[in-house]
Amino acid sequence: MTATPSRHPGLNLGRAHQEAHDACEVLVFGFWVFMMSDLIIFGLLFANYVTQLDALAGGPGPGELFEMKSAFLETLLLLTSSFTYGLASYCLKYRHGRGWLTAWLGVTLLLGLAFIGFELHDFHKMAGEGGVPSRSGFLSAFFALVPLHGLHVASACLWMVVLMVQMCVHGLDTGVKTGLVRLGLLWHFLDIVWVGIFSLVYLGGLA
Amino acid sequence: MSDSQRQSDTIDENERRHELGSYLWGYGLALALTLVPFALVAWSGWPRVTLLWAIGGFALVQVVVHFRFFLHISLARQKREDLHLILFSTLILVLMVGGTLWIIFNLYGRMVPELLP
Repeated sequence: MTATPSRHPGLNLGRAHQEAHDACEVLVFGFWVFMMSDLIIFGLLFANYVTQLDALAGGPGPGELFEMKSAFLETLLLLTSSFTYGLASYCLKYRHGRGWLTAWLGVTLLLGLAFIGFELHDFHKMAGEGGVPSRSGFLSAFFALVPLHGLHVASACLWMVVLMVQMCVHGLDTGVKTGLVRLGLLWHFLDIVWVGIFSLVYLGGLA
Repeated sequence: MSDSQRQSDTIDENERRHELGSYLWGYGLALALTLVPFALVAWSGWPRVTLLWAIGGFALVQVVVHFRFFLHISLARQKREDLHLILFSTLILVLMVGGTLWIIFNLYGRMVPELLP
């Protein structure tokens, strides 16, 4: 168990970063409220997807459209990126230097971009096999749920680039530190949503 | 006082090791909880319903692992507001998702039985 009591979800910066640690309490709570509302959006899109599972309207279904290999690769990429973001937060908290922090953030960014690349490739392939959103209720529900998650990952990548630029310009000041803590929460949260997607959509569809 | 001195004053060595260990454990457990369901779907040949239950079970455990090891949420040393927020959001989610599934599948049963699983 940690010695300092936790003030907010995610890695607490602790007393070594007193100013940022104090600022985080309110900022992270607000961000957490936003993420819980996001969780409800995703939860309802999952429910919507389940209601549309058999609404194929004669179009292609999960068996024809999904590929286990690419779903597996995407899962590994996103899970590993969640871990490397954890290492970046760790380097931030224990002041392992800006070099290590930037390196782990860079690895996370590359993994995130690779994930988006694979996902776009999947969607492109699906469209080639007649799996477009307008084909059936099932495909509309799929394209409401999975690309919304991809869009979240893309926005998080953009945010990471902005934070890295800010880090170069301003150094590791309180604003950058609290930004990194909040982006960490979003990144881990998006991985949790992906656990739902690969389990329900891909594995459920291929089982 | 120099920055490095202040740092050594405020860094708790146990906490540091615990937090690094937390990420390593989280990654290891999440990896195992991902590999098993993929392997089951690819090679086990179990009946579909058993597979679906297994996938659901592994997914739930993995979500808990992510919350615990990556988001550092635990029931013990949590700020109460955060825990209340999570529990309240979960309540809303359960009501809305449960209600959606109940109503829509009841409707299917009455009007379009071919859409029932």
